[in-house]
Amino acid sequence: MSKNLVNLIVTIILAYLLSFFMPWWSVMTAAFAVALFVPLKKAAVFFVPFLAILLFWFVYTYVMSSNNDFTLAKRVAILLPLNGNPYMLMLVSGIVGGLAAGIAAIFGKQLSLLLKAK
Amino acid sequence: MKYFKLILSLVLTIGIFFALNTKFGSIPPIGKFLNPYTGVWQNETDESISGEVSIPELTDKVTVHYDAQLIPHVFAQNELDLYRAQGYLTAKHRLWQMEFQTYAAAGRLSEIIGEGALNYDRQERRRGMNYGAEQALLKMKEDKQTTAFVEAYAQGVNSYINQLDPQDYPVEYKLLDYKPEAWTPKKTALLLMYMTKMLAGGDEDMENTNALRLFGKERFDLLFPDFFDITEPIIPKETDWSYIDVPQTPAPNSQPVLDSIAETIDKPDPNYGSNNWAVSPQKSSTGNAILANDPHLGLNLPSIWFVMQLSTPIHNAFGATLPGALGVISGFNQHIAWGETNATRDVIDWYKIEFNDNGTKYKYDGSWQDVTYRVETIEIKGKEAYTDSIRFTHHGPVVFDKNFKSDNQKTGYAMKWIGHIGGNNQKTFLDLNKGENYVDYVKAISNYTAPAQNFVFASTDGDIALWVQGKLPNKWEGQGKFIMDGSKSENDWQSFIPQKFNAHTKNPERGFVSSANQHPVDEAYPYFVFNDGYETYRNRVINKFFNSKDKFGVKDFKDLHNNTHNLKASELMPYMLETMDVSNLSTEEKEIYDIAKAWQYNNDMDEIGPSIWSAWYGILYDMVWDEFDTKDTALDAPYTYQTIHLLKTKGDDAFMDILDTPEKETAKDLFKLSFSKAVLKLSDWRTKNGDLKWVNYKGTFAGHLLQALPAFSRFDIPIGGGKNIVNATSKNWGPSWRMIVEMTSPPTALGIYPGGQSGNPGSKYYDNFIDDWAAGKYHDLNFLQNDTATDVIISTQTLTPKN
Repeated sequence: MSKNLVNLIVTIILAYLLSFFMPWWSVMTAAFAVALFVPLKKAAVFFVPFLAILLFWFVYTYVMSSNNDFTLAKRVAILLPLNGNPYMLMLVSGIVGGLAAGIAAIFGKQLSLLLKAK
Repeated sequence: MKYFKLILSLVLTIGIFFALNTKFGSIPPIGKFLNPYTGVWQNETDESISGEVSIPELTDKVTVHYDAQLIPHVFAQNELDLYRAQGYLTAKHRLWQMEFQTYAAAGRLSEIIGEGALNYDRQERRRGMNYGAEQALLKMKEDKQTTAFVEAYAQGVNSYINQLDPQDYPVEYKLLDYKPEAWTPKKTALLLMYMTKMLAGGDEDMENTNALRLFGKERFDLLFPDFFDITEPIIPKETDWSYIDVPQTPAPNSQPVLDSIAETIDKPDPNYGSNNWAVSPQKSSTGNAILANDPHLGLNLPSIWFVMQLSTPIHNAFGATLPGALGVISGFNQHIAWGETNATRDVIDWYKIEFNDNGTKYKYDGSWQDVTYRVETIEIKGKEAYTDSIRFTHHGPVVFDKNFKSDNQKTGYAMKWIGHIGGNNQKTFLDLNKGENYVDYVKAISNYTAPAQNFVFASTDGDIALWVQGKLPNKWEGQGKFIMDGSKSENDWQSFIPQKFNAHTKNPERGFVSSANQHPVDEAYPYFVFNDGYETYRNRVINKFFNSKDKFGVKDFKDLHNNTHNLKASELMPYMLETMDVSNLSTEEKEIYDIAKAWQYNNDMDEIGPSIWSAWYGILYDMVWDEFDTKDTALDAPYTYQTIHLLKTKGDDAFMDILDTPEKETAKDLFKLSFSKAVLKLSDWRTKNGDLKWVNYKGTFAGHLLQALPAFSRFDIPIGGGKNIVNATSKNWGPSWRMIVEMTSPPTALGIYPGGQSGNPGSKYYDNFIDDWAAGKYHDLNFLQNDTATDVIISTQTLTPKN
């Protein structure tokens, strides 16, 4: 298995587990921790955890929302404003989580480099 | 370099955390708001209505059956548990709303939305909202039972709040990034003040004073008569008042203070009103009395009403409750039904206050009295708190002074308001819920102070009645129409009308009682009553309807609720169409003119006539009263009824002239001028928005309580009606609850409101009544006689004390 895939899967699993007892920024913690132990290279440092959380949150929000006929998602997608499109709202949620995770992962990667150098 | 990258990435990480965890202006903290585990996605669900919930304070098990409308049918073993359960369930379905309304009442919105609300908050504090709530609370505390119930309700609300984790908070808390606080009995008092302000918080004293000063007494009396030439008062004209043996306060020959006032505090929407009526068994097609109520309030989401059945082994009440207050407000039990319309009365007066040099004393009957100070601290989100020190006289708070809307160092205006006097108005509803007959009803309402209401009543015994109930000052002739001199005791309220002399009627010969915010009585009533914005149209349509035949049934009641006859337009528009000069109409004007001529004066959805009337009369009204359109003087133009009366009978009066033109216009000229302008306005509207059908032109909507956030509001609701029409649905207010109760044993009832039982925009129960309501339909109110679930029950939840 490629390191990228390992990072992706472990990030999702860890983010899921941490979500039970931490606020939304558990995705940052997860991506940061995984970056320490499964360091990636170049753009993958950011994009793999970004994609991991984007996927995770998109699927998670889709499941929650589809069980309720997307009632609230349609409304919040007017508020934000995303033309009332619930899928856009899921995507935006995913990007928000992914962005936070990706940046935290860069920090994790930098720290891992420093620790390795010592 | 390594360190630089590390530090840079750390800074970025902290930065993104901060950016997504903080509220910027009206943008919610986006990471908190959008994450699937604690964000808004957690609200994407209906409330759970099954299983068991433990509420520690309960003394016994409470059964809650939900029907398909999500109406909770609550069966408690005792009253304390009942009100605990009411608090719990109301919070469960309406927490954000019930809390937000009390924040609004208390002048605490700055805490939630920041500095933008500061002026509003200051105004509410200066209006004495907190002071009034504290006085009400003191009165409530004099009654041990009320106190115990109000505290039980608070426990119920708090046990719900305590069960919540941040992810469970209603959407609005997440949007505005704050949390619910503990409920207290004071919040119940504040909610009742909120209603008092909404329904008895308006007056025209300052505007009247300006008008009197500008136009003189003769002209003022022509524009603002105490009574109109037609009145069908709530209490029928033929009532014999000879039993009243306490006279009206003699007039002291006091002169109004003719000050010039530039600006006044915000007033509640004067259009709020209501209908209620009842027919006697003799006039009922089934032989049972029938009662109806439809309060016309703002159309909001979540709705102002929450429907519940509330029962104990000794009583069983059902109807519309107000989130934050206990018991059923407009409803019925096994024996009686009741409902309210607003009984407008002048219960706010303004007194000019003269201060000493340092503003610590005020003049009163030739001596100097100390002012008292009330310090109001307004917390502001993200800023330092604002402190306002408000001076109080024996009249009430000095609302306007050098610190607020005035720059005069040595004078101010103090407000005397029934809302400051305090009263245990919660008890009235608690007692009505348990009432069994007319005597119980009269006893329940006898201590009710404000906002004065027309309480309609019907019983399974066959009685019908209507009391105009409130604590009403016994004023001298003319007292309180204008600003009074606060330094003379003769201008104080001298006494109150003894409660038993409040106007009322029981089982009148005509076989029906009704009220629609019109004059409570005619001139024969021995106490001073003057026109305080009374409604002049709905009551005539309603009374004519009940005089039109011998027997009435529930179907007739529904028809009347949904009646869209525009009596107002029918009293002016034919005259305008006939008298105005039509020799030079353009093609477009001719087209509109012909539609107007063909209109049958029904504000039905598909008619264009009502749109024409609305545009035309609006422009005409402003043209007639251009004298009142001033920037630096607070003025209210005359009421519609008198405007139409003058247009038809004094068409050449100087008021008809448009000041800005060299010509001297008469009413006839104004008809044509306003018609041409209206046609321009209408064709402009048509170009922008399409069809001129009334339903489109009116555009009824139910707006979310947060400034009608479009995401949480409903627009373009398909319904007819309008202002001064029995179906009073206007753009954003109308029949906020429609109820019909037939006094079978037990009563059979229908009810509906423009909203839904859930306060959660993510629930299908958030706005699911709106379409049926708009279509004039009703839902059966399933009146369960015991705690056994029937086939209308879709789910049951049991509230249990801790093991």
